[in-house]
Amino acid sequence: MQWNSISEFFAMGGYAFYVWGSFGLTALVAVVEILLLRSQRRELMVHLRNELLSERASS
Amino acid sequence: MNIRTIHWFKFSAPQNFYFLAGRMWPWFATLAAVLTALGLWISFFVAPTDAQQGEGYRIIFVHVPASQMSMFIYLVMAAWAGFGLAFNTRLSGMMASALAPTGALFAFLSLVTGALWGKPMWGAWWVWDARLTSELILLFLYLGFLALQSSIDDPRRADKACAVLALVGVVNVPIIYFSVKWWNTLHQGASVSLTKSPTMAIPMLWGMLIMVVAFWMYAIAIALVRVRNIILDRERHTEWVKHAVE
Repeated sequence: MQWNSISEFFAMGGYAFYVWGSFGLTALVAVVEILLLRSQRRELMVHLRNELLSERASS
Repeated sequence: MNIRTIHWFKFSAPQNFYFLAGRMWPWFATLAAVLTALGLWISFFVAPTDAQQGEGYRIIFVHVPASQMSMFIYLVMAAWAGFGLAFNTRLSGMMASALAPTGALFAFLSLVTGALWGKPMWGAWWVWDARLTSELILLFLYLGFLALQSSIDDPRRADKACAVLALVGVVNVPIIYFSVKWWNTLHQGASVSLTKSPTMAIPMLWGMLIMVVAFWMYAIAIALVRVRNIILDRERHTEWVKHAVE
C-alpha cells in the first residue's frame, strides 16, 4: 500500500479534485440511474393497477 | 424431441422475457456490486503510483471502463435494432431502447472523466482531437436516438426510425476505436490490445479489467430492469400484464 496516512489518501498526490471528481461523478450517475429506474417502476405499477381497477369497476 | 434443446425463441416473446429478465437481473447486480468493491480496492490500495502521472492516473479505473462500455453498448444496441428491422420482432426494439440511456450516460462519463484527466495531464479540459471528437459524436448519436424515440408516439414506428439511426451511426464506433492509430492524436494509444502484451503494471491491468467486467455487469442488470419497465408499459393492455400487476 502506498498511503502513509488518511490525509495522504484523500490528497491523491495533489490530484484529489480530478481523481475524486471522476470516481464521485461515476458513482453519482449510477446511483441516480438506479433511483430513477426504481421510481419509474413504482409509478408504472401504481398506474397499471389503477387502470385495472377502473376497468373492473366500469365493467 | 431432443431434451437438451432450449427454446431460445420462446424468450423473444416479451411476456416470457419479462419473467426471465426478472430472475436474471439480481444475479448481474450482485456480481456488479462485488466486482466494483474488488476493483475499487485494487484501484486505490493495490495498484502502485504511476511513475509519470503520479496518483492522477487512477482516473483510468473509471475512464477506461466507461469509455469501452459506451462503445460496446452502442454496438449491442445497433445489433438489436438491426435484428428488429430484419425480423420485425417486438422485443428487439425494446432492448435497443433499454440500452440507449445507459450508453448515453457512459459516453457522458467517458467525456467528463477524460476532461478531469486532461486538465492536469495536458493542461486542457478539452481539445478537438480525433478520439475526443468522435466520442462526443457518439454521445450525440445516443441523444439523437433518445430524442427520436420520444418524438414518435407509435412505439413500433419509433423503433424502426431509431433502428435506422442506430445502424447508420455504427460507422462511428470503429472511428473512435482506431482514431488513436489513424490520426496523430493527443490522446494516448491503447495500453491493452489483443495483439501485443499490455504496456502497464500487472496490478493496474487487473484493476482495470475487473472494473471493466463490473461495468458490464452493471449495464446488463440496468438494461434488464429497464426493459421490464418498457415491456410492462407497451404491453399494458394484454391479459398477462393485468395478471402480473395484480
